[in-house]
Amino acid sequence: MSNLLDLLVAGLATGAIYAIAAVGFTLLWQTSQTINFAQGEFVMLPAFLMLAAMQAGAPFWLAIIIGILLSMLLLGLGFKMLLVDPMLRHGVLPLAIATMALAIGIKEAVKQFWSAEASPFPSIVPTGDISILGRPVALQSIGVLALAIVAVIALTALLNRTSIGHQMQAAAQNPTVARIIGVPVERMILLTFLINAFLVALASLLITPIYLAKFSSGEVLGQAAFIAAIVGGFNQVRGAIAGGLLIGVVDNLAAAYVSTQYRAAVPLILLIVIILFRPQGILGRPEERTV
Amino acid sequence: MSPANRYLRIGFGAVVIAALIIVPMGFQRYGLFILSQWAVMTIAAMGLNLTLGYAGQVSLAQGAFVGIGAYAAAIMTSNGLPLIAALGVAVVLCFAVGWILGYPALRVQHHYLAFVTLAFSTLAFLVFRNEDWLTKGIYGISNIPRPEVFGFPTRRPLPFYYLCLGSLGIVSLAVWWLIRSPWGRAFVALRENPVRALSLGIDTRRYTLMAFAIGSALGGVAGTLYAPLTQYVDPVPFSLSLSLDLLMMVIVGGSGFFFGPFLGAMIAVLLPEWLRFTQGYYLMIYAVAVILLLIYSPTGILGILDRYLAERRTKIASALRAVAKPKMETAP
Repeated sequence: MSNLLDLLVAGLATGAIYAIAAVGFTLLWQTSQTINFAQGEFVMLPAFLMLAAMQAGAPFWLAIIIGILLSMLLLGLGFKMLLVDPMLRHGVLPLAIATMALAIGIKEAVKQFWSAEASPFPSIVPTGDISILGRPVALQSIGVLALAIVAVIALTALLNRTSIGHQMQAAAQNPTVARIIGVPVERMILLTFLINAFLVALASLLITPIYLAKFSSGEVLGQAAFIAAIVGGFNQVRGAIAGGLLIGVVDNLAAAYVSTQYRAAVPLILLIVIILFRPQGILGRPEERTV
Repeated sequence: MSPANRYLRIGFGAVVIAALIIVPMGFQRYGLFILSQWAVMTIAAMGLNLTLGYAGQVSLAQGAFVGIGAYAAAIMTSNGLPLIAALGVAVVLCFAVGWILGYPALRVQHHYLAFVTLAFSTLAFLVFRNEDWLTKGIYGISNIPRPEVFGFPTRRPLPFYYLCLGSLGIVSLAVWWLIRSPWGRAFVALRENPVRALSLGIDTRRYTLMAFAIGSALGGVAGTLYAPLTQYVDPVPFSLSLSLDLLMMVIVGGSGFFFGPFLGAMIAVLLPEWLRFTQGYYLMIYAVAVILLLIYSPTGILGILDRYLAERRTKIASALRAVAKPKMETAP
C-alpha cells in the first residue's frame, strides 16, 4: 500500500493526457465520422516540431508556440483539407484506412528526417517531489494533472457555455437542421479539427517528457486514446475524459500489481468486456442512427 | 460475357499461371523468397477479403491469425510432427478463435468490431512474446524444418516456392468455389443489406461468424507456410502492423474483388524491392500512394478497372442502341 498514492497520481496524470487525446478523437468522430487511426502519431509529431524549432534556436516557450501553431496548420487544416474532405464522401471505412496509411507516413517521415533514436524532451513542469500527506509525490505528475484538468475544463466550458460551442454541438448532432437554422456547419467542422490539433499538441507537450520523443511512440498512445474513447463512450466528451483517467489508473496499477509483462493486456481486456456488455461506453448514449 | 471475351480471360489466366511456374526457375534464392512471400501473404489477404470484402466485417486481427498458424507450425514441426498435422491444428485453432471473436460482431457496429479485433491482435502479440515455455519468447524459434511433400523434399528455395504456389492454387480454387456457392451469396447479402438478408431467411448470425472463422482459418494456413518459409519465427512480424498491412493489401487491391488480394499482396511485397533505390523513403511513398489511390478510388485498383469496363460496356450498349434505333423505326 505504501506507494498506492504515488501510483494513483501518476496514473491520473498519464490518464489525463490520454483523456486529452481521446477527447480530440471523439470530437472528430462526432463532427465528421472520422475514425482517426493516426491519432497516436498526431500526439507523437508535435514534440518533434517543438524540438526542431528549438534546434533552429528558438527558446522553449517560443518552440512550444511554434509547435502548437504548426500542428494546427498541418494536423488540423492540412489533415482536413487534404485527406478528410476528399475521402469523406467514400464512407467511414476507406477514410479510416487512409488514416492508417497516414500514420505510417508520419512515423516514417519522423524516422527518416529526424532520428530512429529516442530524444529527451524538456519538461514544462519542474521535476522533483513534493510532500502530500507525508508522502513524496512527483511534482511532474501533479503539474501534468493540473494542466490537463485546466484544458479539459476550458474545453467543456467552450462546448457548453459559449455560442460557438453550441453551434459546434448542433453541427455534430444534426448538420442538416443546423444548416437550416444558420449554423456555419463547415466552419464548425474545421474548428473541431483545429481544436483536435491543439489538443494533440498539448498532449504531446505533456507526455513526451515522461516517455521521450520517439517515432514509434504513437502506437501505444493511439491505442490508449482509442481504448479511452470507447471505454468512456465514443459519442461523449465527458465519457472520453472518464475513460482516459480510468485507463491511466488501470494501466499503472496493473503494472504494479498484475505483471509488467501483461500490463498492456489489462486495458485491452477492459476494452473487450466493455464492448461486449456496454458497447456505448460507461457514460455514452447508444447510437441511434444505425442505417 | 461474350465467348471471345471468355476465351481471352482463360488464355490470360493460363499465361499468368505458366509464367508463375516457368519464370522463377531462373531466379536466385532471394527472388524466390520474395515470390514465396507473395504467395503466403496472398493467402492471408484472401482470407481477410472474404471477411471484409464479401461479408463486410472489418478485422484488424488477420496478422494475429498468421502468427497463430506460424507458431503452430514452428512448435509442431520442430518437435518432429509433419507440417500437414500443424496445418490441421492451425486451421482448427484459427477457425475456433475466429468464431469466438466473431461474437462481438453480432452485437456491435462495424467500427467497434475493428477495435475488438485490434485488442485481440495486441493480446495475441503479448502471448507470443511472454509465454516463453511455448514460444521461446523474444528469442524466437529457429531452424524450422521444411516439409517433404509426397516424398519430395522442399528444402531448396525452388521446390518450396512451388509448395507455396500450389497451396495458393488450392486455396484460390476453394475460395472461388465458396464465393459462388450459396454461402458466398449469403456473405454478400450480409454485407449489402443485413436486414433484408435476415428477412429472406438467411441465418445472419451463423453466416457472420462463419465469414469471420473461414477468413481467420485462411490466415492460419498462411501462417503454417510462413514458418517453414522464413525458418525462424519470433513475435515481431506478428504485431498489429501486419494486420494493418494485410488490411491495406485487401483495400489497395480492391476489396470484394476475387483478384484484389493477389494484386494488393503483389504491391505490398514486391514494391519495396522495386523501390529499393529510394532507401528509407519507400514506406513514405507507399503511404502517400495508398492515400492518393483511396481518394481517387476507394474500391482499390481493381475498382478503377471495374469502373472503366462498366463505362465502356455502357458506351458499347448505347452505340448498339443508336444503330438499332433507325432500323426499328424503318422496319414496319
